[in-house]
Amino acid sequence: MSRFNDSNVTLAKEIIGRFPRAKSAVIPLLHLAQEQDGYVTRDAMSHIAELVNVTTSEVYGTATFYEMFKFEPIGKYCVNVCTNIACQLVGGWELLEHAEEKLGIKAGSTTDDGLFTIEDVECIAACTEAPAIQVNYRYRYKVTAENLDQLIDDLRAGRLADEIPPHGTLARVRQNTTEAWANTGIEAQAKVDAG
Amino acid sequence: MSDVNDTEVQETPVVVKTTLSITVDGRAHEAEPGQLLIDACEDAGSYVPRFCYHPRMEPVGMCRQCLVEVEGPRGPMMVVSCMTPVAEGQVARTETPSVKRAQEGVLELLLANHPLDCPVCDKGGECPLQDQAFSHGPGESRFVEEKRHYEKPIPISDLVFLDRERCILCDRCTRFADEVAGDPLISFTQRGNNTQVNTFPDEPFASYFSGNTVQICPVGALTAKPYRFKARPWDLEQRESTCTTCSVGCRTVIQSSRDELLRYQGSDSDAVNWGWLCDKGRFNFENVNSEDRLEQPLMHDGSNLVPVAWSQASAAVAEALKTGKAAILGGARGTNEDAFAWARLADALGIEMRDPQLSDGLPAEVFGLPSASIEEAANATTIIVIAPDLKEELPVLYLRLRDAAEKRRSRILEFTAVSTGLTKYSWKSVPTEPGLQASVVRNTLGEAAVREQLGKGNVVVVVGRASLAESADHTVAALSAVLAEVPGAKVLPVVRRGNVRGAIAAGLGSNSNATEILTAAAAGKLDTLVLLGADPIADFPDTDLARRAISAVRNVISLDTFLTESTARASVVLPASAYGEKEGTTTNLEGRVTSVAQKVTARGTSRADWMVAVDIASRLNVDLGFDSVESIQRAMIATSVFAPMADGGANTREGVLIDQPATALPAVSATAGTHSSYDLRLVVSRRMYDKGASTAHSPSLVGLAQRNVLRVNSADLARIGVASGTSVRATSSKASVSVTVEADDSVGRGVAHLTFNAPGINAGDLIDVNASVNDIKVETL
Repeated sequence: MSRFNDSNVTLAKEIIGRFPRAKSAVIPLLHLAQEQDGYVTRDAMSHIAELVNVTTSEVYGTATFYEMFKFEPIGKYCVNVCTNIACQLVGGWELLEHAEEKLGIKAGSTTDDGLFTIEDVECIAACTEAPAIQVNYRYRYKVTAENLDQLIDDLRAGRLADEIPPHGTLARVRQNTTEAWANTGIEAQAKVDAG
Repeated sequence: MSDVNDTEVQETPVVVKTTLSITVDGRAHEAEPGQLLIDACEDAGSYVPRFCYHPRMEPVGMCRQCLVEVEGPRGPMMVVSCMTPVAEGQVARTETPSVKRAQEGVLELLLANHPLDCPVCDKGGECPLQDQAFSHGPGESRFVEEKRHYEKPIPISDLVFLDRERCILCDRCTRFADEVAGDPLISFTQRGNNTQVNTFPDEPFASYFSGNTVQICPVGALTAKPYRFKARPWDLEQRESTCTTCSVGCRTVIQSSRDELLRYQGSDSDAVNWGWLCDKGRFNFENVNSEDRLEQPLMHDGSNLVPVAWSQASAAVAEALKTGKAAILGGARGTNEDAFAWARLADALGIEMRDPQLSDGLPAEVFGLPSASIEEAANATTIIVIAPDLKEELPVLYLRLRDAAEKRRSRILEFTAVSTGLTKYSWKSVPTEPGLQASVVRNTLGEAAVREQLGKGNVVVVVGRASLAESADHTVAALSAVLAEVPGAKVLPVVRRGNVRGAIAAGLGSNSNATEILTAAAAGKLDTLVLLGADPIADFPDTDLARRAISAVRNVISLDTFLTESTARASVVLPASAYGEKEGTTTNLEGRVTSVAQKVTARGTSRADWMVAVDIASRLNVDLGFDSVESIQRAMIATSVFAPMADGGANTREGVLIDQPATALPAVSATAGTHSSYDLRLVVSRRMYDKGASTAHSPSLVGLAQRNVLRVNSADLARIGVASGTSVRATSSKASVSVTVEADDSVGRGVAHLTFNAPGINAGDLIDVNASVNDIKVETL
């Protein structure tokens, strides 16, 4: 349970400045919270509500709409195995079963060491490269049982640290905020306030 | 006007058509521009089924039940009638086979997950889902799968339970919370098949208006704790009435079963409450049913109050009033008729000193100023608010003014020492300090931007007593300052108690106010003090003076529904009938006279106040000429003030407006310097839930009254060197108390706030009612 740390408060305010209305920053800030703690804590949602001046209930309603926001701690690596039709036809189900056996857990749960969570997901828009999986929303295409084993071993050994950061880290939130961007936000807000 | 010679010009009058011609089910109909098709169809005689649409909220097209066919360029098209505005030449059909098929389809889907537990559901019998499943449903379902399951029901607040299985996700409660109440504490959470209404975990739907969501829920998903499993709708009898909990005068429907009040519902009055009620007004019927109600007269036998017969008690009261000097306090809790009868009795007996307020309201002269209605206030270009927190004291007026600001009809200019519910909706909220309001008002109204705003259109001043720890003169001075600057402004006086305006109009006001009456009493200059539903020890700002006065008077005669600290010292206590137990009319803050209805038998041997007046009069050989509420109303109509009540105007939903004789504001000379930097200036105001009878004797509400804390701006706390949450000693000129202090930046700098009549420390102990302002010193223990 934690609120934003000091550097993230600064970043949060920067993000809020990108939008004409502070409220519009709720989703980027939820990503930021998930990046900080690996999942979205209640305290973080309360903090977001304070920062953008809405109620906690409004933040909660928005956050829970999205599957990618987690409200309980999950593994450092979230492995999403697609079992939708295209992947299923070329072995998606078998791949999911293999992952479950390899890690010793069922889909929807987390390994005891807190490293892996497996999710059974619907189409992730990689049908031409089926069967596809994601690890922390980074794609792996045409996955076989062998390279899934290899992937898990590499993640365990920390060999993919550069490529796959821990769950929650999303590059998109950290886009540069130039002077021009910030000013646009403030000016637009001023217009809204005056109107 | 023009200087053209226009004497000979004869123009054919041009008829401008202001309605839109549409056809509904083959019938021609004239609809209002901007009207929604669903309403136009209903006006034209074709009711369209609906769940999510509510005329007092923005349409969302959530439930899809109101599908109708509208003729389009490519033939008939199915539209959601609550989201479709009427248009000239529109042809709508509400009963074709395809409309019927569509409506049946929607209902079948809505019922797919609905538990159909109607036999154990409070809503059964008055349920729009149940009713419309019969009238517009397919009759059977093809859904054979397992229905959704949730824990049922879960409390989402102290007063409201949510059964998510029954919910059809119409968005009415969540829209109400956001759009109308401004407390968006419930939202849709999750998605798809798991979508559910909920609060943030462990943060309840703590809204003063939560009960309205129960009333507008079209299924049994939301139920109110005070009514759950109490009655079947078909066993309820009801009458339309007016809530007298505060002076807004919301129209209600009061419902009972087996001679017990069980529920109040809001009734939609355009002029007043738009169908909404606050939770206190909605649920305080419990106090009428309370075990603690007084049921028979009591008299002091020297050591205790003991039950006696009415004849003995009335005779004692008559005896007391026959000799010596008497005064009457109160009368604002009862009906106009009660007040009128007591005023005539006081006239007959020559009782000069009377005041329906307890120096906690406004000088009577304010009610004689050009008066604004709630409707005028909520449509004014500028609303100037010099008043206590309306969200706490007059909650539904707060809803109306908030709506005016949110819909951008009005701009609110607020003057306050402590942030209020309206602060965040204000165009400008100007911080003041008790004693300095008039000069702050003058300075602010002199600003160019403010002058420009005031010049844009009509101005209404909402004026009330913002703090009980300051002289009312400061409020009058601030109001005078506004009226000097904006002479055309109309005034909406706000007072806490229900029928202050009616009691004054009936003649229960006088030149002596409560402070003068209690001062005379404390000085031994009064032999008899009649308390008409008044509890000076709880409600008079200066508790010490009230206590001394009550102790010094030989005969305190109390007419009340409960024993209070004041009545406990009375020589005679007479049990009064409560709201819902007597007929009559009441007058709200605008001067609107509407009916209050008797729905249940009066408790025990209790009597309406007017009956007591008539009884006492007859014992003193005075004939008031009253033998019924109607006979009093006839006498009232004969007076100029209540003349508009003629022809039964008060019995309509919107009632009639009365005007008090025009008065000028008294010249006031209240001055208050700035306080020393060691002191904080005391602000004492009321909260919605307090120790007052209607909260304290309602089991569902009593726990909602918060303990008193001293709220101080964090910068002042740092300056004094006290940590938030610690106990401090607060010392005024009257007393010194130990109290928990809390940092709160909604309190202005240099000010300290206490709640009046709250559980915990008594703010009234610190107040000197004769002081212009009250300052306190705060020290660590």
